[in-house]
Amino acid sequence: MSLLALTESDLTGIFYEMVKTAATSIPEDVYRALKDGYERETNPLAKKQLEAILKDIELACSGKVPICQDTGTPYFFFEMGENFPIRLGAINAAREAVRRATKDGYLRPNAVDPFYKKNSGDNTGRYIPWIHVDLVEGNDLKVWFMTKGGGSEAPVTLIMSEPILGFEKLKSGVVDTIVKYGPLPCPPVIVGVAIAAGGDMALTLAKKALLRPIGERNPDPNIAKLEVELLNALNKLGLGPHGFGGGLTALDVKIDYAYRHPATFAIGIVTSCWATRRVSAVIHADGSWEMTSRHLRYTGSGCTILR
Amino acid sequence: MSSAREFHLRTPLRDEDVEALRIGDVVYLSGTVVTARDEAHELALEVLRSGGTLPVDLRGLAVYHCGPVAVKQADGSWRIIAAGPTTSMRMDTVEPEFIERTGAKLIIGKGGMGKATAEAMKKRKAAYAVFTGGAGALAAQAIKRVKDVYWLDKLGMAEAMWVFEVEEFGPLTITIDSTGANLYEQYMSEVARRAKEVKRELGLPAEE
Repeated sequence: MSLLALTESDLTGIFYEMVKTAATSIPEDVYRALKDGYERETNPLAKKQLEAILKDIELACSGKVPICQDTGTPYFFFEMGENFPIRLGAINAAREAVRRATKDGYLRPNAVDPFYKKNSGDNTGRYIPWIHVDLVEGNDLKVWFMTKGGGSEAPVTLIMSEPILGFEKLKSGVVDTIVKYGPLPCPPVIVGVAIAAGGDMALTLAKKALLRPIGERNPDPNIAKLEVELLNALNKLGLGPHGFGGGLTALDVKIDYAYRHPATFAIGIVTSCWATRRVSAVIHADGSWEMTSRHLRYTGSGCTILR
Repeated sequence: MSSAREFHLRTPLRDEDVEALRIGDVVYLSGTVVTARDEAHELALEVLRSGGTLPVDLRGLAVYHCGPVAVKQADGSWRIIAAGPTTSMRMDTVEPEFIERTGAKLIIGKGGMGKATAEAMKKRKAAYAVFTGGAGALAAQAIKRVKDVYWLDKLGMAEAMWVFEVEEFGPLTITIDSTGANLYEQYMSEVARRAKEVKRELGLPAEE
């Protein structure tokens, strides 16, 4: 395919596939973490919840229907190569893909005008889908799509800490957030945490941290150690799936950071429910593309993770 | 906690059906389930306060905090493809009056409800059950038929009052029973106690 062959309509098709996959088919890492949790769980109420969750995931995958009726708020994160041939068109394509996926029943219409209480009916509206673009070197477009439920957005916390107390407030903030909201964000959750100069930066990076697969540690060993320390701490709380006790409160903790200002230590804390719906892909300038995340797939005889 | 007791119930629920349930019990429900979330609660109460009647008599029925994904079929009927619970706390302020005025016997949602709702349940012999949050496809599988939908034009798909016929809908975990006992309240005080230990292990200063 020549460079000029990639069109906005091709991109719409690719994004549509991504949205559909995210809504109906859980990522491999999330599925494995839930399944492991189910096998280890001994508390009967907690085990019942995990059993229902696994059954739900398989039904959604085989029936190609949404995993959760709250199909969330759509987010696109673009890492756009400066030589990728379609730029503004990629924004249009993202919006069009969301519109189509809504029309086809993969997304529930969730975009509401706050002033006029009007639902747009197609998941688009002012700033929706939310599209975050980073311009990077190269010819490719890397795309992450995430659709995030309303319930898991309630615990979002921003702490503007004094720098001296920064790490203390980060740790207590993570524990307090999970304790305060208990069953509301549909645990077991994934927790994204970020430190930055400004509140907006900290919350955006914390949300982007949720895109990293479960079990993948931050490459910096000190940050990786803090991720594991917080994950273990949360799983000692005994909150468990839907707050019914047991050992699985968090599937992972992901930490990222930006350089801060000498006087600020902004801490963003974001949770994602067990139904973490995200998908990633890389699209090349010639129009070829690969999904870089793996998902539970229906094979005809059942749902499985394709190699 | 010991192994959960399991019940298979059918609507309309009688006082004695609900009185047998205790927190931690698991229920699979068959019969009629009616959805109502924020706006349907408000509208229903408006109608009832002014002496009107609801399009569906809720006495003995289950009211589900849910905004489903529904698809209209070629023959005009509705198919529900995802229908997990929404956060019940949003309805907490109006739920006592709603139970009082409608006679609904089982409220289904997620995340638990507060003291005033538990009090109303004790008084009117009702209970609150949690359906697994997020499990929208699993819930839809138990919905055999859409019997009716009301207020769809006025409130939209997610807020409309849907009347479902369900078969073995569950697992529903009872977290408030007709004695007013509240499972989450008990669990969350235990979680708060453990949080203190966890914070000590993280090297955080003791709270005053």
